[in-house]
Amino acid sequence: MYFLIVLGVLFVLVAFLSAPLRRQRASPPTDSTEIANLDAARDAKYREIRDAELDHQTGKLSDEDYEAIDQTLRAEAIEILRALDHAHGRTPATIEQR
Amino acid sequence: MALVGRALLILGLAVAVYGIGASIYGARSGRSEFVDSGRRSVYAIAGLMAFAFAILVAAFLRSDFSYDIVASGSSTTTPTVYKAAAVWSTQQGSLLLWILLLSLWSSLALFLTRRRVREIAPYATAVLLGFCAFFTTLTVFFANPFATTSQPPSEGAGLDPLLRHTTMMIHPPMLYSGYTLLAVPFAFALGALITGRLNSEWIQVTRRFALAAWLCLGIGILLGARWSYTELGWGGYWAWDPVENAALMPWLLVTAFIHSIMIQEKRGMLKVWNVSLILGTGTMAIVGTFLVRSGILSSIHAFVSDPTLNVSFVLLIAVMVFSSIGLVIKRRDALRSEAQLDSLLSREAVFIFQNLLLVALTVVIFWVTFFPLISEAITGTEVSVGPPAFRPFVVPLALIIVLLSGIGPIIAWRRVTLAKLRRSFVFPVVATLIALLVLLLEVGVGHGFALAMFCCGTFVVAAVGQEFWRGVSARRAIAHEPAPVALVSLVRRNRRRYGGYIVHAGVAIALVGVAASTSFQHSRYATLSPGQSAKIDGYTIRYVKPTATASAQKISLGAVLAVSQGGHPVTTLHTSYGLYPSLDPSLGEIGRFFNGSDESRIGLKTGLTRDIWTVVDPSLAPLQGQINRDDASFARAMALVARMPAATQAKVLAPSSPLWTLRNQRILQLAAQYVEHPWAATFLLIVSPLVMWLWIGAMIVVLGALIALWPGSRPARRRFRSAEYSSPRPGSTGLPPYAPPVPGAAAAPAQQPVAYATSPPGQPAVPAREPA
Repeated sequence: MYFLIVLGVLFVLVAFLSAPLRRQRASPPTDSTEIANLDAARDAKYREIRDAELDHQTGKLSDEDYEAIDQTLRAEAIEILRALDHAHGRTPATIEQR
Repeated sequence: MALVGRALLILGLAVAVYGIGASIYGARSGRSEFVDSGRRSVYAIAGLMAFAFAILVAAFLRSDFSYDIVASGSSTTTPTVYKAAAVWSTQQGSLLLWILLLSLWSSLALFLTRRRVREIAPYATAVLLGFCAFFTTLTVFFANPFATTSQPPSEGAGLDPLLRHTTMMIHPPMLYSGYTLLAVPFAFALGALITGRLNSEWIQVTRRFALAAWLCLGIGILLGARWSYTELGWGGYWAWDPVENAALMPWLLVTAFIHSIMIQEKRGMLKVWNVSLILGTGTMAIVGTFLVRSGILSSIHAFVSDPTLNVSFVLLIAVMVFSSIGLVIKRRDALRSEAQLDSLLSREAVFIFQNLLLVALTVVIFWVTFFPLISEAITGTEVSVGPPAFRPFVVPLALIIVLLSGIGPIIAWRRVTLAKLRRSFVFPVVATLIALLVLLLEVGVGHGFALAMFCCGTFVVAAVGQEFWRGVSARRAIAHEPAPVALVSLVRRNRRRYGGYIVHAGVAIALVGVAASTSFQHSRYATLSPGQSAKIDGYTIRYVKPTATASAQKISLGAVLAVSQGGHPVTTLHTSYGLYPSLDPSLGEIGRFFNGSDESRIGLKTGLTRDIWTVVDPSLAPLQGQINRDDASFARAMALVARMPAATQAKVLAPSSPLWTLRNQRILQLAAQYVEHPWAATFLLIVSPLVMWLWIGAMIVVLGALIALWPGSRPARRRFRSAEYSSPRPGSTGLPPYAPPVPGAAAAPAQQPVAYATSPPGQPAVPAREPA
């Protein structure tokens, strides 16, 4: 009885672990690492822009400091977006066309 | 089923080894099917360990004493609710729980990241499976939870009475969850180092797990403190015990980590620091487990120890330390900061200072905790260290850290002008000065630590309150919402920030409770006969009467105490001392009921301003003569029984035989004697102010952490995405519209934001300005 339980577990295990190997081999995924990194950087930059905005709204940043920081952050965000476009193979011209 | 359980462990070990190979091969060859199979190994181990754990729990619930650990850790008289919890009171069961939690949390982490961090994840999977393989090896070869005996005893030794406490059902799983959750960021950090993908992506993926580990460890520490306060009978909640410190050290390090990763996320700074910090934290979690499981340092919290595991743990820790150091050195170029600190007047600077202090605090605690071992290794003699050895270092560091937890929220990222800084500091500083004045008038200039902590706590609470006030005001000005709605909106839209602020306030409140209860505590021992009184801190405590209950499972000798102040009754306290029978027949058939395990039930009147706490230590000396006489009578009776024929013996010794009824009656009579005679008992009496605020503060911390941890709601995420793709709405918040970069700033053409802002989905825009 116990032997059958263990055998059943073993069978399920082998089937479960080998399922990806039995599937038709998928084409290797495109190199999405750079895009993923840029996505992460973009999200972090967005959060930073919003944090700076909240700091300004709650009186922790002066108007001058906020403007300078906000502009720097947005410029950095645009650089990231530009890099994302490049990674996606898009150019400003194609964007304008759309 | 023990055979099945053992087979599951062996299968788990085999799957872990296979998964490590599959993950690494998949990562190196680029064959994603092997990576998928490796990830599935973690899911499979979770399933196997859940099955094995269920078998063990079932054995405990049905009191199957053929399992060695059931016989040693449970009994038929153990309440059902504690039988399941008794699984992790044993060495073997706790190791199995460790693997189960590790595999469950690892499965969750790998499932959530199955389409992200594709390069790092296979190596992280291999590291997590490495931990699984290590602990499964321990259970297969050194601490088998499914070891059985062919001649099971009729009764088990029972669960240690000290562990029969509600919090003890949750405390170990919480601590273990904390330790095992820390394995997730540790594994991803190692994966990031191996692959060289050292930007903030691995941090974004594992941040929630680090925060969850912090929360679980914190709750575990809190429950341990509560158990100590209400169960151990010494009146305190923290003793700087090695096992307590084992949980505190990774908690302090992960506190530093969840702050410093914000700087890496925002600025690309502190990469070496962050990766080193989480590698150190993960290692410290294993050190903590080692301390608890090995018994190398004596602890009031260590209920099982097994020196045979020492070598294995030391090897694992050595591998973790050296591989971490080696990889950090190898990747030192990729770990260079992308930016520099703009100003010392910035939140980043405060975080860095706070990080240094938290690490310094951990180093101090580590050094003092391990000093007895180090001393023994060098001098050959073991020295013991207690709370006084910690205080000179811990107290000043803790004060500054608390103060910084108030400064952090009111200072902006990047830089801040002195004028703004002054404006932000005015209210918290004024509140602190008022608190200081009131305290000086109330308690005088003594108790410097307590006064300093009260002031720091006031500063933090005032700073956090000011932040909420300002945030709500900004929200109301922009969205024209009523204050409660604005508050909810503000917190909902900025969970990490305001959840964190709540945590800071909670920590400050809890530490004020700690400072007050340690500095202004009144404590004394009093030996009282019924009717006699003792005074403490203005309270009169009268020993009203003794109490006693007895059964074959437990004898409880207690006392009823009446507390009054100025002649007015305050409360009535009930305290007792419980005795559980020993299974050792050499102690005598009656004597073994008075010489087994013991526990204390405290009498506690808790309140917002002070706790009145007591525990009784009844003297058994007056009963000892009678116990000895009864033991002698029973010994003679048993000698007679031994000369009887076997069939008669079986009848006389049957559980329902009159012999045992007589024994139980004698125990009841002894208990009755304790009540009838006015024998003196010794009481520990403690009056501690503001202890309640420790627990209230801790609950606030948990609330704040849950807010910070809670994922954004779907509508909120949709709004975020919609904001990404929408064009900026100048003036929508009443703020100036986006202006082109100033000359000299990081250059980007002024037209570009518009071009990106109008781009279609798939090509996100810079977020539009939105209300707080």
